[in-house]
Amino acid sequence: MSAWAETRLWLAQRASAAVLALCVAVHLATMIFAVRGGLSAADLLGRTRGSVGWAAFYSVFVIAVAIHAPIGLRTVAAEWLGWRGRVADGACALIGIALLVLGARAVAAVML
Amino acid sequence: MSTLEVKVWRGGADGRFQTFPVPRRDAQTVLDVVTYIQRRLDPTLAYRFACRVGMCGSCAMTVNGQPRWTCRTHVTDVARKDTLEIAPLANLPIVRDLVTDMREFFDKWARARAQFQPTKTRRDDFARIEPASPARRAIDVAIECIGCGVCYAACDVVAWNRDYLGPAALNRAWTLANDTRDGAHRERLAAVAGDAGCHACHTHQSCTERCPKHLTPTASIAGLKRMTALAVLRGEL
Amino acid sequence: MNAWSDRGHAAYWAFLVHRISGLALALFLPLHFVALAQALHGEVALEGFLRWTKAPLVEASEVALVFLLAAHLTGGLRLLFVEFVGWRSETQKALIATAGGAAVFCALAFALNLVQN
Repeated sequence: MSAWAETRLWLAQRASAAVLALCVAVHLATMIFAVRGGLSAADLLGRTRGSVGWAAFYSVFVIAVAIHAPIGLRTVAAEWLGWRGRVADGACALIGIALLVLGARAVAAVML
Repeated sequence: MSTLEVKVWRGGADGRFQTFPVPRRDAQTVLDVVTYIQRRLDPTLAYRFACRVGMCGSCAMTVNGQPRWTCRTHVTDVARKDTLEIAPLANLPIVRDLVTDMREFFDKWARARAQFQPTKTRRDDFARIEPASPARRAIDVAIECIGCGVCYAACDVVAWNRDYLGPAALNRAWTLANDTRDGAHRERLAAVAGDAGCHACHTHQSCTERCPKHLTPTASIAGLKRMTALAVLRGEL
Repeated sequence: MNAWSDRGHAAYWAFLVHRISGLALALFLPLHFVALAQALHGEVALEGFLRWTKAPLVEASEVALVFLLAAHLTGGLRLLFVEFVGWRSETQKALIATAGGAAVFCALAFALNLVQN
């Protein structure tokens, strides 16, 4: 990968990190409060089902994660496993797509 | 006075430690120890030094796992129960014993465009630099690097990523990136961007912890990250 | 050669926590998505799964995950600050301590709510 592309990859990771900072803060707060008195499916789905707000929120969350995680994994693979090059980049891109698909499925499951 | 048990690396990358007994002296430095071994015990020991007084950085070695200037390291500060372990600087090819091949270290300075590119001639007027300007202050804080290689030896990313330019080269590039007299600004930003450049730094701060001149390459590299990010957003990179 | 005794400083531990938490979260995320997708099979299916998560070992793992998520967040915020806002040598250790403390706080708040049934 060229320095040009690597710089933009780094920027994308930092930009998605900024978005995730907000998403994770909200998610942590939600979890900490939601788990009081035990977590039930009824509680969870009662909050998310049919809510446009939560749908939008979790959709942004999933997209940001699908960008952020693979770029980080690419760096770890290169530095700790010595895995570099087209195949490694391709594998990380596939992980991103997998997270997007699984995440979208999860969002749909609790929204619809 | 007691005797030190000093393990010294001998040979190349496939060498081994050899143990020497060295009498302890008052105010003894690790360089004194190495010198004693070479003069009195084994004249075949290879090592580098020059000024002996903490100005040139030539005597940098790994002492008990940490890269240091041996002339400025007192034995009392590092010896553990009268034992010492002395090895060549990490992350560099070993020439022999305690001597490393510094070529790659300096080649990376060139690759980072960490050299001044003049824009004026003797016929032009002097450049005007405001000493209190933020750019000049940023340079002043980072300019005292003498290229000793301690930060390079301390850096894990250098060990994990063969192409990584390293803290010293990037720190020097940062000082030049802030220099309004310099004419290679665009090429330099392109040279320090990417996985081989500033974007590979993970802020371990080992370089800043170990720098004998108390410089902060981590801060310089963060500055380069900001500069390159701004250049991308402006369409200049 | 002695390769590990140079790693004792705070920023190095902060890096390790950040990287390992990132790896752990990346591994956990697909499982999390699959678990939530249980709701596709109806509320009863999701409820059945949630009942399994009440086992003590699972609850302990959840607390650990919350810590890892909070730590990755606070450590990441620290990095964004150092990289984009600026560097002050005096506050480096304070930033690391604050990030660590905030993460522990989150994990403890979660654990407290979890056991308070």
